[in-house]
Amino acid sequence: MTTMLTLENLTVELGPKDARRQVVRGVSLNLQAGRIQGLAGESGSGKTVTAMAVLGLLPASARVTGSARLGEVDLTSLRPRELNRIRGRRVAMVFQDPSASLHPQITIGAQLTDHLRHHLGLKRKAAQRQAMELLARVKVPHPQEALSRFPHQFSGGQRQRIAIAIALACDPEVLLADEPTTALDVTVQAGILHLLRELVDERDLAVLLVTHDLGVMSAVADDVAVMRDGRVVESGTRAQMFTDPQHPYTRQLLEAMPDAQESEVL
Amino acid sequence: MSTSASRVSRAAEARVSRRSRRRLPAAWRSPLAVIGLVIAAVWFLAAILAPWIAPYDPLAQSLPRLTPPGEASIMGTDALGRDVFSRLLHGARVTIPLAGMLVACAMVLGTVIGAVAGYVGGWVDEVLGRLTDLFMAFPTVILAMVIAASLGPSLYNAVLAGIVVTWPMYARVTRSLVLSLRSQNYVIASRLLGYSPWRSLGTDILPNMLGPVLVLASLEVGTAILLLTGLSFLGLGAQPPTAEWGSMISGAMQNIDSWWLGVFPGLAILTVVMAFNFIGDSLRDVLDPLSSAERQGAGAAAPPASAQDEGADPVSALTSEISEQEAPR
Amino acid sequence: MNELLKVEDLVVRYGGMTAVDGMSMSIRAGEVLALVGESGCGKSSTARAVVGMERPAEGTVLFRGTAVPPLGLRRRRTEFTAIQMVFQDPNSSLNPRKRVGEQIADGVRAAQARGLNSARPDSWLEAVGLQPEMTTRYPHQFSGGQRQRIAIARALAAKPDLIVADEPISALDASSQASVAAMMRRLCLEAGAGMLFISHDLSVVRLMADRVMVMYRGSVVESGPTPLVWSEPVHPYTEALLGAIPHPDGRGVLPAAPAAEAPEEWASTLPEALSRQVETR
Repeated sequence: MTTMLTLENLTVELGPKDARRQVVRGVSLNLQAGRIQGLAGESGSGKTVTAMAVLGLLPASARVTGSARLGEVDLTSLRPRELNRIRGRRVAMVFQDPSASLHPQITIGAQLTDHLRHHLGLKRKAAQRQAMELLARVKVPHPQEALSRFPHQFSGGQRQRIAIAIALACDPEVLLADEPTTALDVTVQAGILHLLRELVDERDLAVLLVTHDLGVMSAVADDVAVMRDGRVVESGTRAQMFTDPQHPYTRQLLEAMPDAQESEVL
Repeated sequence: MSTSASRVSRAAEARVSRRSRRRLPAAWRSPLAVIGLVIAAVWFLAAILAPWIAPYDPLAQSLPRLTPPGEASIMGTDALGRDVFSRLLHGARVTIPLAGMLVACAMVLGTVIGAVAGYVGGWVDEVLGRLTDLFMAFPTVILAMVIAASLGPSLYNAVLAGIVVTWPMYARVTRSLVLSLRSQNYVIASRLLGYSPWRSLGTDILPNMLGPVLVLASLEVGTAILLLTGLSFLGLGAQPPTAEWGSMISGAMQNIDSWWLGVFPGLAILTVVMAFNFIGDSLRDVLDPLSSAERQGAGAAAPPASAQDEGADPVSALTSEISEQEAPR
Repeated sequence: MNELLKVEDLVVRYGGMTAVDGMSMSIRAGEVLALVGESGCGKSSTARAVVGMERPAEGTVLFRGTAVPPLGLRRRRTEFTAIQMVFQDPNSSLNPRKRVGEQIADGVRAAQARGLNSARPDSWLEAVGLQPEMTTRYPHQFSGGQRQRIAIARALAAKPDLIVADEPISALDASSQASVAAMMRRLCLEAGAGMLFISHDLSVVRLMADRVMVMYRGSVVESGPTPLVWSEPVHPYTEALLGAIPHPDGRGVLPAAPAAEAPEEWASTLPEALSRQVETR
């Protein structure tokens, strides 16, 4: 197992100078190639901020200490320009709302080929061919025609597939996925989860999957960390976490799932 | 003993000042807001105290004519031998309250029309919308001039003209605010509880749109002052011998060499308009729901409620500042 | 049979778009009926038509035998304040400039206007699991989950006969969803009211609904007692919906994904899937 991304004692403080708040308090995680590291927690637990901090997407006022090492580089110490080069190429991100990473007035084809030409320096023809292959890979129906369409002409699930295609365009080592299926219907979510699993297995991606949904976590994550109030309260393999949770908070989360409840009707 | 007592009181003071500073949203601490508030306060005082602080009767033609600023009169005298400084102070008594009245009337009129249009909808909205558009189709100042001229030149007609040309702005803003608030769940909830439409407009909608309308109004005070002094300058507002800034500048035109006749009233207009614009801008920063300053201010003012099961999370405000991603759909 | 609500052949259109395409249902007192389906299936439009927020293009919505009037420019007739609604977004459910106690008091007054006794706002807060002394607070002083509890308290304070809940728990944290859902069911049944519960989440519906109706593209494709539909779905769409739910069992099993997005068979009508009954042998 190769470790791709190592978070060590990552701490994030947000807010104005006179009212700083520690939102992430010393998070340490190892992302392995070919594995999905789940990061679970409720809203406000700091899981999204953790992912944002890795990519340097926090507001300028945020103070980040600790390290996020990608190979030999510490992402937290990079200047914005250096980080820009790594973002999208070596570390990519998929958001809850795919519209966040798609420009509404540019065709899918143009967005993908621009991305490929900018980051990989491909020629127009090669970029177009690769864009089509990517769309086919993420199973967007009729990839050839899809290239000339605009984001709003796709369903939410297909938009998320396209966002994943863009994220994977430059063959990144690490993918950060923040609630990638939360806005989708369950039947569509199932398809995206299948896709994510396939891509991880075939490309040896290291994925940080941020989600509040323990069902999703159980379906795709290999390792799970549970966050609360900015701290990782428990982490381990999926099987451990779900069948033998140690921390009372983890147990509480699992017990609150509708699956764990006896139906009142029955 | 005494030292410890003073230390305690000093600590208490520090606590109080810290608390009040925290209550005061950041926007009010910005230099522009402070400048605006100070200038406006000075002018308010000048307007109120004019009869006592003005050195001369503003109408008395008792001084030597066209004397430049000097010891006898700090801003000089005009062509009729009146003290410019005294006239300036008394001018504040005329312009500022009238501008305030203009804005208040236009705001009430526009808000009522816009609220009715937005809430009732249908043909009422159509008719009121067209009416609003009709008024907005004309250039404001020219329409005001036409109205003031046809009503006959007087300050009150100038104010009336000002109301007629500015209410459509409030109507538009109010209408769009009402439209967006009307579909809020709490409005529907109170209708389902048997509130009449008018009561829900009054208790659920109006209080929640007052902020933006007040911001607009405060920004409009400056414009109203410009409009009133402009009409007076053209002879359509204040009539001689009333001490009014616009007509003072107008009088200065005949004695263009006596710079002090125009410069001081001009500066008066400039500073007041500027002050109200600064105040309006700061007010917007305070009330704008999107400004992070307010959200942090609100967060500080309201400690999160004691958690039940889901727990009021102190960080959610901060994380949502970065993204709205955390909350499930 | 004490029928509260009867919806017959309801059609709701927005412009040229048909959101609800001829659905019928009925709810009895003391019964929780769930409408389940994915986004755009027409479940929320149905709920809005039931309370009068939408005017039906065709069909009827009868509450105790009388057509529910649309929420227009007239004050709602007192008898119809017995229909109350709980909304999805807890943030816009409460008037931000009114103390929560006063908002619950609005509900109490609606009950009194129908000649019913309702408890004081502070006891309603207690009933939904909040502290009674919180009545003087404003909505922004509460978390999203707490606000939803307050909105539920306001609806219940009106002593409704019918509660329409449109995705009331889906904006809440996962850990509180099940408990709020269970609380809603308990309070609703204690009051002898009926509830129309709208949700996209079948696993929550299983917890609290007596009967379930699965909607797809504006029509009901399957309906019946919740345990039966949950354990033995008949319609392919219901099967797909149930199969796609990921279960937090730690086994790493990917939920079944449909072969294509929205296959045609999902829109098919299966008569045997409608109004299913538990066979008595």
